[in-house]
Amino acid sequence: MIINHPLLGPRDSAEFTYMGDAKLIDRPDWQAPEALAQFIDYGYMRDNPDGAHRELWYHEQGDRSFLVVTRDTTTHEIFAVELARDVARSRGQSR
Amino acid sequence: MSQINRLPGGQIDRNQTLNFTFDGKSYQGHAGDTLASALLANGVRLMGRSFKYHRPRGVLTAGSEEPNALVELREGARKEPNTRATTAELFGGLTARSQNKIGSLRFDLMAINDRFSNFLTAGFYYKTFMWPAAFWEKIYEPIIRNAAGLGSISLQDDPDAYDRGFLHCDLLIIGAGPAGLAAALTAGRARAQVILADEDFTLGGRLNSERLAFADQSGADWAAQTVAELASLPNVRIMARTTVLGAFDHGIFSALERVSDHLPQPAPGKPRQVLWRIYSKGSLLCAGATERPIAFENNDRPGIMLAGAMRSYANRWAVTPAQRVAVFTNNDDGHRTAADLHAKGVSIAAVIDVRPDAPQSQDYEVIKGGQVINSRGRLGLKSIEVVLPGGATRQLTCGALGVAGGWNPNVHLTSHHRGRPEWLPQIAAFGPPSQGPKTLRIAGAAKGELSTADALRGGADQAASWLGENGFSAAAVELPDAEDAPVSMTPFWAVKGCNRAWLDQQNDVTVKDVKLAHKENFVSVEHLKRYTTLGMATDQGKTSNMGGLAIMAELTGKAIPEVGTTIFRPPYTPTAIGAFAGRDRGTDFRPIRKTPSHAWAEEQGAVFVEVGLWLRAQWFAKAGETHWRQSVDREVRATRESVGICDVTTLGKIDVQGTDAATFLNKIYCNGFAKLAIGKTRYGLMLREDGIAMDDGTAARLAEDHFVVTTTTANAVSVFRHMEFARQCLWPDLDVQLISTTEAWAQYAVAGPNARRLLQKVVDPEFDLSNEAFPFMACANITVCGGLRARLFRISFSGELAYELAVPTRYADAMIRRLMQAGEEFEAVPYGTEALGVMRIEKGHAAGNELNGTTTALNLGMGRMVSKAKDSIGSTLSERSGLNQTDALKLVGLWPVNPANPVPAGSHLMAKGDPVDAAHSQGYVTSACFSPNLGHSISLAYVKSGDSRMGEILRLVSPLTGFDHEVEVVSAHFIDPKGERLRA
Repeated sequence: MIINHPLLGPRDSAEFTYMGDAKLIDRPDWQAPEALAQFIDYGYMRDNPDGAHRELWYHEQGDRSFLVVTRDTTTHEIFAVELARDVARSRGQSR
Repeated sequence: MSQINRLPGGQIDRNQTLNFTFDGKSYQGHAGDTLASALLANGVRLMGRSFKYHRPRGVLTAGSEEPNALVELREGARKEPNTRATTAELFGGLTARSQNKIGSLRFDLMAINDRFSNFLTAGFYYKTFMWPAAFWEKIYEPIIRNAAGLGSISLQDDPDAYDRGFLHCDLLIIGAGPAGLAAALTAGRARAQVILADEDFTLGGRLNSERLAFADQSGADWAAQTVAELASLPNVRIMARTTVLGAFDHGIFSALERVSDHLPQPAPGKPRQVLWRIYSKGSLLCAGATERPIAFENNDRPGIMLAGAMRSYANRWAVTPAQRVAVFTNNDDGHRTAADLHAKGVSIAAVIDVRPDAPQSQDYEVIKGGQVINSRGRLGLKSIEVVLPGGATRQLTCGALGVAGGWNPNVHLTSHHRGRPEWLPQIAAFGPPSQGPKTLRIAGAAKGELSTADALRGGADQAASWLGENGFSAAAVELPDAEDAPVSMTPFWAVKGCNRAWLDQQNDVTVKDVKLAHKENFVSVEHLKRYTTLGMATDQGKTSNMGGLAIMAELTGKAIPEVGTTIFRPPYTPTAIGAFAGRDRGTDFRPIRKTPSHAWAEEQGAVFVEVGLWLRAQWFAKAGETHWRQSVDREVRATRESVGICDVTTLGKIDVQGTDAATFLNKIYCNGFAKLAIGKTRYGLMLREDGIAMDDGTAARLAEDHFVVTTTTANAVSVFRHMEFARQCLWPDLDVQLISTTEAWAQYAVAGPNARRLLQKVVDPEFDLSNEAFPFMACANITVCGGLRARLFRISFSGELAYELAVPTRYADAMIRRLMQAGEEFEAVPYGTEALGVMRIEKGHAAGNELNGTTTALNLGMGRMVSKAKDSIGSTLSERSGLNQTDALKLVGLWPVNPANPVPAGSHLMAKGDPVDAAHSQGYVTSACFSPNLGHSISLAYVKSGDSRMGEILRLVSPLTGFDHEVEVVSAHFIDPKGERLRA
């Protein structure tokens, strides 16, 4: 596969390490009242879509960016590639 | 007798005569021949024995789809079994042998199998070797293994090199027949970067096999002229002898170039084959079509071949398989074969056409509405039996029969993305799927357009259309006038009532097997394929699948498209494993990482052990030491008594900088790091988010905004990855930067009561190493040896007074030599990973065996380290009740009640009196060693509620080895439990 890195342009997927569902960005608040249940969902519950899937790819043999790649699991077509840092910020993760 | 079946003309170079041998007998051929064409020229029709029944077999095709003529090519280490004689280029000195026989090819003792064919039907193994069960391993399997497979391998190392390469292009054109050449000409002249790949050694595809003429030149001449023009264009890369094996995602293709297979051996420095990864913006499949046979009784004799192949042999290689031939056809194409061979002076026995309205010939007999129903000839065809429309039969004498059943488009690459081929009724064949690889276009016969004119036009049009869509301006290419015969054929798959009529000749699957599968209720084509093994041979059923599907359709009363077809997977043709391995074999299989003291350690007689990619000194054998334990015990004792030095460079080092560095580490480690003072080091335990221990190490604070984190050797990469994830995905606004410095700094542990005194000799005098100035867990930037920058950490894995000294890697060799020199007066020893392991077990320190991916901080005895006052990765889920049960495993020490007994790792612990089974296991041993300081074996173990069972006697059992003796539960801190030594 070719992943169109937002900073580096098209790169072979062999340079990347697949890191799973991009939902891993949505780490719950440890002080929420239902924190334990939320962390169990966060840790163990995954959708297994037949189609578009947002997933993390780590450019380990490159610039070490984590990317959020939106990819069709059946055709491998890639619809969008974003820097995970930008996605994390947009989803409220900060510090 | 030489080349008795050689005809006039052809594209061979008669000035170059090449000697070769087959089964030890010498023959001659010409440059341009394949092994198959040269054997046919010499009157050799019998080339092999079939897989199951050991039937005599000859050549069926003239290309890579060949199921039968598989030989062992070359000798010695270069011997390659199952090589298709139809694609093996002839070279002087070639040697080949037939396969799958006992005795000679003509009198194969295994041919007895043919007499038992009633038993060797589909599912034979499943049905026969069911019982008695005890027979399987000792009797059945050896027999089957011996009988399985065709050729044999040399069992020697492959002496040749294989390479992998990468290519980029605008347009990849797969196949250089009329469609591919027209496309390449169009795209090449439009200045696009073009790769034109073809598996053959002469480009042109069927233009080289047909007699047809373009106005004033032959098709073959037009092909040669076009290739010459393409070769002159700098933007076109022509790759002959290159098979495109697979279509992968986003325009990536793999291709195998046979660089040296046509030579006796590769030229010096050249690889045998290159596996290319081709990145293309667009691609065009012009792979042509494969002819299919018609099934009739005994249709597998040497001399019976596809009619198109017979025409290839006659026109391209100037060879006929026999002096008198017949043709069996269901379409006009078969008549071409007869006409072409007749024109070359070969006698035509008859053309048997199943169509009552078959075209007539002035030159030879055409039997309209006839069928070939049987054949004779033990080792080669002697005659065929023909049934006439009225039912009468005739015997026709002939040495070869061309069979023309129609053409199947070579759609293989189009279904590599799981697209299912779709039925094309006009040619009664499966064509490309509508949902093929996104950037792959198709032209010519591969698309089902079987005439040369359509191929030329289709190739040019597809290329022009792609060029237009991708910003190139393509001028129309002038194409030659070609015949444009409409396809006229009547689907006809198998002669009625035939049984031992071969569909898949390589796997010996007959019409009878398909009938049996149907009778046994197999409905799906996928099941049919696996049960009968139809199409599962190395040719992937290129010539056989359609016949099987058609029979299945007839039996089930369905139309062929309703029955459906199986799909194809890469590789398109069988590929040597060596080509996939490339240079990654033997010691080059993966990189070797050497520590910066490696050369020095070799000088010291170190024995090395692989730790991941690293080679680490395991122990340093001294003269006179004959057993590793002698070396290890000596190293441990000398370290604990005076001082020892160990290279610990392999531990991961991560430099963490930024104003939020402390905040970041506080989230990464389960214990607190926010308030760690500058100049201090702290042990840290990292949890996975699920609460399981991930890794441990130390973090040293060298400045307000600068930490150095160490990881275990094994987890250096994964911890760095984990920290990058946390930094970018979880806390993107923290001001923190990471870099791996594992290879930038060499690090030596200096351990033992004399460690300080040794170091004082190399550390520059302005740095005070006294216990007051530089206590346990201190860290500092220092200089050594008169100004060399270094880092010093007072940390201890051994439990002794110990330091770790880091210097830039390029000074590492000098540093170890200086340290050893400074240590001479203390009789300092180097120690390896074994002694390191013994000392950490004696001290009760956890390592990879204890952080084994199933254990928590609680198990490790560090439950209270997990801070509840802050958020850290894993802190929430480590509170799950399942991980906090009252009888949770706890890390303890064990020693044997009888000091002579070992305490081996992996053994399980049972309470006395309990049965020995998994349900009663009280825990298990993780690490074990002989303790030279205690004089007996010791171990670390996880035991249920272990921390409250000190002094209890348990049974240590290993049901696998029959091991069973008593051990006592003790503290894991075998040495210096109060930690006085490391604070000294």
